[in-house]
Amino acid sequence: MSTSLVQVENLFCERDERVLFEDLSFTASAGEVIQVEGQNGSGKTTLLRILSGLSNNFEGDIFWKGQPVAEVRDDFFRELLYFGHHPGVKAVLTPEENLQWYAAMHPGVDGGLIDGALDKVGLCGYEDSPCHTLSAGQNRRVSLARLYLSHAKLWVLDEPFTAIDKKGVAEKEQLMLDHANRGGCVIFTTHHELAIGENIRRLNLDELAGT
Amino acid sequence: MEQIVTKEQSKSADESVLNLFWAVLKRDLMLAYRKKSDLFNPLIFFLMVATLFPLGVSPEPDFLAEVAPGVVWVAALLATLLSMDSLFRSDFEDGTLEQTLLSPQPLFIVVLAKVLAHWMMSGLPLTLLAPLLGVMLFLPAEGMSGLMMSLLLGTPTLSLIGAIGAALTVGLRKGGVLISLLVLPLYIPVLIFGTSAVQAAVTGLPLAGFFALLGAMLALGFVMAPLAISAALRISVSG
Repeated sequence: MSTSLVQVENLFCERDERVLFEDLSFTASAGEVIQVEGQNGSGKTTLLRILSGLSNNFEGDIFWKGQPVAEVRDDFFRELLYFGHHPGVKAVLTPEENLQWYAAMHPGVDGGLIDGALDKVGLCGYEDSPCHTLSAGQNRRVSLARLYLSHAKLWVLDEPFTAIDKKGVAEKEQLMLDHANRGGCVIFTTHHELAIGENIRRLNLDELAGT
Repeated sequence: MEQIVTKEQSKSADESVLNLFWAVLKRDLMLAYRKKSDLFNPLIFFLMVATLFPLGVSPEPDFLAEVAPGVVWVAALLATLLSMDSLFRSDFEDGTLEQTLLSPQPLFIVVLAKVLAHWMMSGLPLTLLAPLLGVMLFLPAEGMSGLMMSLLLGTPTLSLIGAIGAALTVGLRKGGVLISLLVLPLYIPVLIFGTSAVQAAVTGLPLAGFFALLGAMLALGFVMAPLAISAALRISVSG
């Protein structure tokens, strides 16, 4: 029996007088990998921002482990890892300093694991180079290193594979599956063809939009 | 037994808050240090005003001594305002602000540390530089202590108030002008009591009242402004 982590009920969101989705209900349980699909502009990023608590521009209810998310915000944030369009990496800081700051902001993150995490995303040897000297893909890798650091249950990843090479994508796919097998939950968007296609649940916003 | 546990828990919570405060302060100071242009911009502006003012108006020492408190204070206020827009902008643009808002850590502390770092990069150097401007504008020596002290108490308030405006406008493409409109009215009381303190110091009147008022404004800003800044940041990022 899998436990429901995030439960969304009757979600409605409009942007610039255009309805992105209405009556959107779904449940994300532990052990699931969910891919949010849809055309450009169908509201994938908006949905992920709403789920992560960044955006309040919606109607409907979101529950975290059965309780309204607004009431358990701190617990929810403790269990959440959000990867947005902007990787959240400071250009003038080094990868290590960036992750140290992230560790300071998230008490659940063990700062001692940073070296290992940078090693795993292939940034060994770049610890002390400022991020503006790294490539776009490497910058996103710095942010993705958080996946190895965090103990968060829910991963909300918005286009995590942009600018990542093939080998890196394969590794991250496996990482997402492992995370789900450990009892975590991943909700993500991507336009990449995935090798792990049969193991993921799809949520198509174009079909759900009710248009 | 239970009491001991709660005490220890609260102690470790205190420590984690303190660590958070240091981590954010250290990061922001390091960022400013590595991007030095942001650091010197307000200071150069401050110096320029004091240099150009006598050239543009009158080099007469008597006249300058009379207007010096106001000129120094207005220049400090505008220099602070000039640096305000960048406070949250780069964090907003690279996504670190989103990560900050999604942290379980208290936003109040994070914001307070950021504003303190900003003040250490703008208000504090302005205060330290002020005596030089005072000399350039023939401010009598008796007024120096009043000038330094009023700026020391007043500039943190300017940073705190300015940060509310910066937080409200960070989501907009061009927030610069809007910040000035939002924040300037709130700056006026600080300016009035700041310059009055310097004038009182020059004429030898008691200063305690002015400092008490500036201190009260700082205390109020210290407690209330981070709440407003946090709320404004959530609105800006949500939009």
